[in-house]
Order: sequence, then C-alpha cells, then structure tokens
Amino acid sequence: MIELNSNIPAGPVEQKWDKHRFDMKLVNPANKRKYDVIVVGAGLAGASAAATMAELGYNVSCFVFHDSPRRAHSIAAQGGINAAKNYQNDGDSVQRLFYDTVKGGDFRAREANVYRLAQVSVNIIDQCVAQGVPFAREYGGLLANRSFGGAQVSRTFYARGQTGQQLLLGAYQALERQIALGKVKMHTHAEMLDVVVVDGRARGIVVRNLLTGEVTAHSADAVVLATGGYGNVFFLSTNAMYANVTAAWRAHKKGAAFANPCYTQIHPTCIPVSGEHQSKLTLMSESLRNDGRVWVPKKQGDNRAPSQIPESERDYFLERKYPSFGNLAPRDIASRAAKEACDDGRGVGPGGLGVYLDFAESIKRLGQKTISERYGNLFDMYQRITDENPYQLPMRIYPAVHYTMGGTWVDYNLMSTVPGLHVIGEANFSDHGANRLGASALMQGLADGYFVLPYTIGNYLAGVKPEKVDVTTHPAFTDAVRAVKAQGEQLLNIKGKRTVDSFHKELGKIMWDKCGMARSREGLQEALVEIPKLREEFWRNVNVPGSGASLNQSLEKAGRVADYLELGELMCRDALHREESCGGHFRVEYQEDGEAKRNDEEFAYVAAWEWTGDGQPQRLHKEPLVYENVKMATRSYK
Amino acid sequence: MRLTLHVWRQSGPNTAGKLETYPMDGVEADMSFLEMFDMLNDKLTLEGKEPIAFAHDCREGICGSCNMMISGQAHGPWKGATTCQLHMRAFKDGDEIWVEPWRAKAFPMVKDLVVDRSAFDRIIQAGGYVSVNTGGARDANEILIGKEVVDESMDAAACIGCGACVAACPNASASLFTGAKITHLGLLPQGQPERDRRALAMVEQMDIEGFGHCTLTGECQEACPKEISIDVIKRMNRDYAVAAVRYVEPKETAGAG
Repeated sequence: MIELNSNIPAGPVEQKWDKHRFDMKLVNPANKRKYDVIVVGAGLAGASAAATMAELGYNVSCFVFHDSPRRAHSIAAQGGINAAKNYQNDGDSVQRLFYDTVKGGDFRAREANVYRLAQVSVNIIDQCVAQGVPFAREYGGLLANRSFGGAQVSRTFYARGQTGQQLLLGAYQALERQIALGKVKMHTHAEMLDVVVVDGRARGIVVRNLLTGEVTAHSADAVVLATGGYGNVFFLSTNAMYANVTAAWRAHKKGAAFANPCYTQIHPTCIPVSGEHQSKLTLMSESLRNDGRVWVPKKQGDNRAPSQIPESERDYFLERKYPSFGNLAPRDIASRAAKEACDDGRGVGPGGLGVYLDFAESIKRLGQKTISERYGNLFDMYQRITDENPYQLPMRIYPAVHYTMGGTWVDYNLMSTVPGLHVIGEANFSDHGANRLGASALMQGLADGYFVLPYTIGNYLAGVKPEKVDVTTHPAFTDAVRAVKAQGEQLLNIKGKRTVDSFHKELGKIMWDKCGMARSREGLQEALVEIPKLREEFWRNVNVPGSGASLNQSLEKAGRVADYLELGELMCRDALHREESCGGHFRVEYQEDGEAKRNDEEFAYVAAWEWTGDGQPQRLHKEPLVYENVKMATRSYK
Repeated sequence: MRLTLHVWRQSGPNTAGKLETYPMDGVEADMSFLEMFDMLNDKLTLEGKEPIAFAHDCREGICGSCNMMISGQAHGPWKGATTCQLHMRAFKDGDEIWVEPWRAKAFPMVKDLVVDRSAFDRIIQAGGYVSVNTGGARDANEILIGKEVVDESMDAAACIGCGACVAACPNASASLFTGAKITHLGLLPQGQPERDRRALAMVEQMDIEGFGHCTLTGECQEACPKEISIDVIKRMNRDYAVAAVRYVEPKETAGAG
C-alpha cells in the first residue's frame, strides 16, 4: 500500500522554498556526471528540465514520440505566461499571484507549491529573455503585459498569440545546445510504454521506436515524466492529436498514485464543433477577452444576424453576472455561464451551441490595426476554420476541453509515490487545484523544469548510489519489454470490425456527456457501466491494420485508446466520489444560485488513487489540504 | 463533394513508391484537408487496407508536423496556412488533387507522406541558440529592446520548422529556415556575442546536411505558412560574409590558477 507524504517543509510559507533549498542534499559537480537521468517528453517542462539538468552536469537521455523535440503541444499555447514582476506598477506581488492562483483553483491546490510557483515566476521571465525569447515590448523597450482571467492586474507576458511557441523554442534551443555538447542523448520517435521499477525505485523505461517497431529498455538513476495532460480522453479537445495519457498511465499501473483525475478544464473560448468529421477543436486565446465582449441575445431562439440585434436586446452575461471581473472571469466560471445561456435556448450558430465574442466596440475604440496587431494570427485562424471574418462579424465560441489539472500525484519535490519517478508540468497534479488560471500552464511547466526539479532531483540522487542495471538481463527490464511486445501483438491480432477512432469517439461522447461541464450522480453511474462495456468490446472487436515492424499510426493510437478506456472510468469514479462542486468539477446536485458549492468539511483533500490490478477499482488515499495563509472562502468574482 | 485523390504510397525508405488513386465522395467544405485524410484512412482500414501514413499533430498550424505537397504546392493553395489549416472549401466538386511528400535529399523518405526532417534539428544544434545556462539571468527589463526591433525579430522567430521552404525550393535549400533563426537571434542584443560564430556554423551545417544553395527564386517565402520574408536570407548572407572575414576562433587558453 502506498503512503502519501507531501514532504512540505516546515516554517512560514514565504520561507519554505529558500529553507528547503538550503536543507536539501547536494551532489558535487564531479559526481553529477556519474548519474543518469531519463526525461520523457520535451514540451516546456521536459525540455527545460533536460537542458537545465544537463547544464548542471547530469547525463540526460530525453525521449519524445515526435520527430523533433520542437513539436510538443506547449508550442500551441497562445496567450501568455504569468509572472509577479509588477512591471505595470498595478499592485502585483508574489503574494498576490499566490493568492489569485489558490483562489482561482477553488481552494483545492497545495499552498506551499503555489507559493513557490509564484516566487520563481519572476526568474522564468528573466531566463527566457536571456535566451532571446522575443516577448512583446513597449516603444521605450520595456516588456509589455496584458491581463488574463481571474486577475485584476496585468501580469501576463506574451509574444503575439504565439507565446507557447516562443517559450518552447527557447527551451528547445537550450536543449539542442546540450545535445550538441553531448550532455543530452536525444531519442526521437520513441514512445514510452512502461516504467521499470527495481527494488522499489524507478530505474528505467521501455520504449517503442515508432519507425521500426523495435522495443528497447533504458536504465537510469531517476526517471522524469513530462508527458502532458490527458484531455484527449474526450476525443474532441484543444489538445494535439498525439497528446495522450499513456506514459502517465503506465506509471500509474506501476505504483504511481493518480490524483484528482476529475479536475478537467473546459476552456470557454473555442471554435464550435462544425460536424461529425471534426478531429479536434481549436482554442481562441483567453487574451481575446481583454478586448472582446461575450454576449447572447436576450430572447430565446433569436435568429437575427448579430448586427441586427440592438444593444438593448443583448445580454453581456459575464459583465452582468460578474461586474468586477467582467469578461475576464476565470475559465470554469465563464464556461459554465456560456453553457447556461445555451441551455436556456439563447445560444447562437448551428445547434445553438455558441455565444458571441464581439470586437466591434474595441475596433471602434482602438482601430482595426491595433486589434490586428494584438490578435491578428488568431483572427486569421478563426477565418480559415469558419469562413467568417471576425473583424466584421462577432466570433462564435463555445467551451471545449483544454487542460487537465489532475495528474500523477507528486510531493513537494515533484516525486511520485514511486521513489525516483518525478513528474513535472501538466502531467502532475500539483499547482492548479480544481481550476487553472489562464497563462499559468506555461508558468508551471517552466517553473518545474528550470527552477524546481533541477534542485529537488539532486536531493533524491544524493541519497542513492549511481549504479548501472543491465537492461538485457535484469528480469524487471526483460519482463517489461516482453509485456510491451505482447500488448502490441495482441492489438494487431484482434482483427475486429471497428476502427480505433470509432472507440475513441464513443468514449469521448460518454465522457463529454457525463463527465464534462456538468456531472450528475446518475450520469456518472451510467458512465461507470458503459465504459467497462466499451473496453470489453475494444479488446474483442478493434481493427488495427498493418504490422508492428514499421511506422503504424493505428497501432500507436490503439495503445493510447486502451489506456483512455481505463482512465475514463477512474475519472468518472473520482467525479462520483467528490460530492461537491469545485472549479472545473461541477456536480449539478451541489450548487447555489448556479455557482459551484464546495464542501470544505468533507472534501478539502487531494484524492490520490492507487492502482490495485486489472479490472479492480483503484484504492482512494486522501492528502488533506491545509490553508494557513489564504482563508478558505466562497470564490466570488462578482 | 466528389474528388479524386492521387496519393504517394511508399512502404519504406528502400522501396519504390507510386501514386495511388482514391475516389472520394461526401467530402464537406467545412472539413480540413487532414480530416479528409482521416475519412479516407477510416475507409481504407475498414476495407482491410493499410492507411496512409502522414505527419500531423496540433492541427492548428503551429507544431510544424504536417507536410503535404498538394498539387505541386507545399501546404496547398492557401497562402500563410499549413496543410492542417487548409479547408476543403478551397476545392470544388470534381477536382483532382495530387498529394506527395516533401522531396529533398536532406529529407530522407520514411513512409508514404512522412519524411525525416531531423536535419533541421542539427542546424539548430550548430548554433541556433544563445548560450546561457539556467539561473543568473539579469532582470528582464534591464535589456531594452525597441518595439520595432523585437517585432522584426518575432517575424523571423515565427518559423515552425515544417520544411515547406525546402520542399518548394527548386534547389531544396534550407536558407529560409536557417536565415530565420539567424535573423531572430541576430537582431536581438542577447544574440550579439555569438552572432558571427552562429552564422558560420549554421550555414556550414546546412551544407553538410545536403541542402542546396539559394538562388533567390523566392519560392520559399511564397510557400512559408508563417509568411517569413526572404529578407532573412539577405541577413544570413550578410552575417555570414562579415563573419567569414572577421571571425577569429577563440584561443584555447585556460585561466590561470
């Protein structure tokens, strides 16, 4: 049985990280090169961690399933990255970023982690600028900022609508530099399919080469997963097509507890679904809400063109309901408000599943040129997809799955319940509670990779001897390789009648209907019957063409969908057990005037689920959440 | 709408490939080009045939994975868009479409429409970075950069590394890609200390990889989904020429003590 120990250092929250950095053991420079570290994934968290650890002197091997470490989905983050720089002199501080994040997460995040995140946020901007990240600037040469949801200060740094791209290229270039120096061994087209645990410690991974089908084992003194979130369990999400839960899920099955799986973020501003053929959804950055106003007609079923609807007949519902934050209400709240308007029959566009995001007023006030400078690439993207010109017509938007706050449980040192297995970035659960604020994902990924893990992993490695394991003979490795090969064979040999995608779509529909924006006891109970049934059919009736000995994208996908079919069940179980509403988790039974109603007495804890074997329900462990610095209160953005 | 697709099929790097013809029915104008490929692949799978391998991931024009030569145009007919952003309303009922991989010596064939673009990573490894370790950076606002400068730098930094410039170039040159990185960093104060070394090393690596030389035909900027201007090549050539004259390798003397 696992034990949860958050290892939060003692002392006042402002001093915890400084004190911990001093208390942690160090590995001296000459010894660092004796330690091997495996990093899986090269998004913001993975690339920054791999580069930084290599700079420190560790031998790093980095594995990605892409053809290059520049392709991870961090690259698609549009709007920006938060940091408590207070460059705008508008009252920001580490304390305020900390407070906003804890409140934004609806009091379900760990205080100590969040405080540390706010502290190192300022270093991230310095580091990225030093690397040459071209953040937006004012004419005088100083850095520019914009506002994001859930904050009343302007603390978001950005590079047009391509902030994630520029930050990732910064980390990627640092990583390529270390590859050139021989300190990082890069493995592309390598999909991690298992973690290998030896004597209770994570000692390596098993990967499949996606081009040749070859399955190989790799050993190290510590393993780091930076493998992103699991939003694609819904089939339709803003995530990239390849983003998946497999690495984290296989680690879960090897003993890493999975925390708060039901905390998923539904982003309010995405382009609505256009038809059955849809393969993914496209986000329109939250930054648009700086200048765009969200509205629906006041009348139900009002089919007039938006320009024909006079001001007096429009409901700017976010401004009406949340006057002090207005259009910059946090994502969970804005999404729910949009859903409410559509459920009320006032949605716009095909099927009534959309609300307007209108720039007419801003264009009048600031001119089209300014709007185009700020959001040009997003407007172009919108027009390509919808064939409508957002400079002339309001955008139509609808909420879509975007991010997962849940993930592998980690302690303050970012280590999972498997010693030696560290998890960073979106893949862990630690900093965002039940709802993530906009522009905080980039901050967390880079905080973990540049400034937290490189310290904390030293503390772990200092306590273990650098020893090699022979991957060709050690039974833990040979067994894992055999199991991975066997699963591939099994999938290829089913030769059923349904495509992998058809299963994925069906699962996604169950998840969206029953574990999406609104969840009910009844719906979740139904899903808990439907998902195991679908999983059973998958293993009997899936059709995976081709062979395992070359590039086979259907086989890759089949393995991922197999894991979603298990994860989806756990998400529903977690959502069912959490009999309260908080952040992105909205249970229809628990609400007050349409707002989420938390139950702090019974549910102020992290739910960490332990794998207990195939077909068995996971075992629940609870990490109590203690708030010493921020008073727990009903979140209000009114 | 109905379409006829001719798609390049090749089972591996060492086998011969050829164009296969697939009649398509029920294609909708709102589909993306890749969603049409999803539809075709579903059909092939259910017919017991092997689906077409193609590179893709984000499907919003930023990861740089997707790469199809569509009727002779890299990323197809829409300007400033990747293959994944191309929608079927760009075509009309009855159209015939030819889909081929990027073709360049430095991009070896993998399978069907997938090619190996790792040469781009090695060009970056040669010098496409600022050598700063994590930690110790000074306050971000201590480096003043004028808006015009950072905007021009960002225009170049927008490169997604897809390789359309190489595919569109009659010489299969990687000058737009390489020039974009040299320009992004070379315009910024942070990029100055290594500017000469960077230009020399990246251009040399480009040659080693087997990319052709630039003859300024300008096809690259027409194909570039991020509309990066050929001006970056001018800057690369200038930086290279200056560096070739003035750059001196640092002496291999260590500090005493």
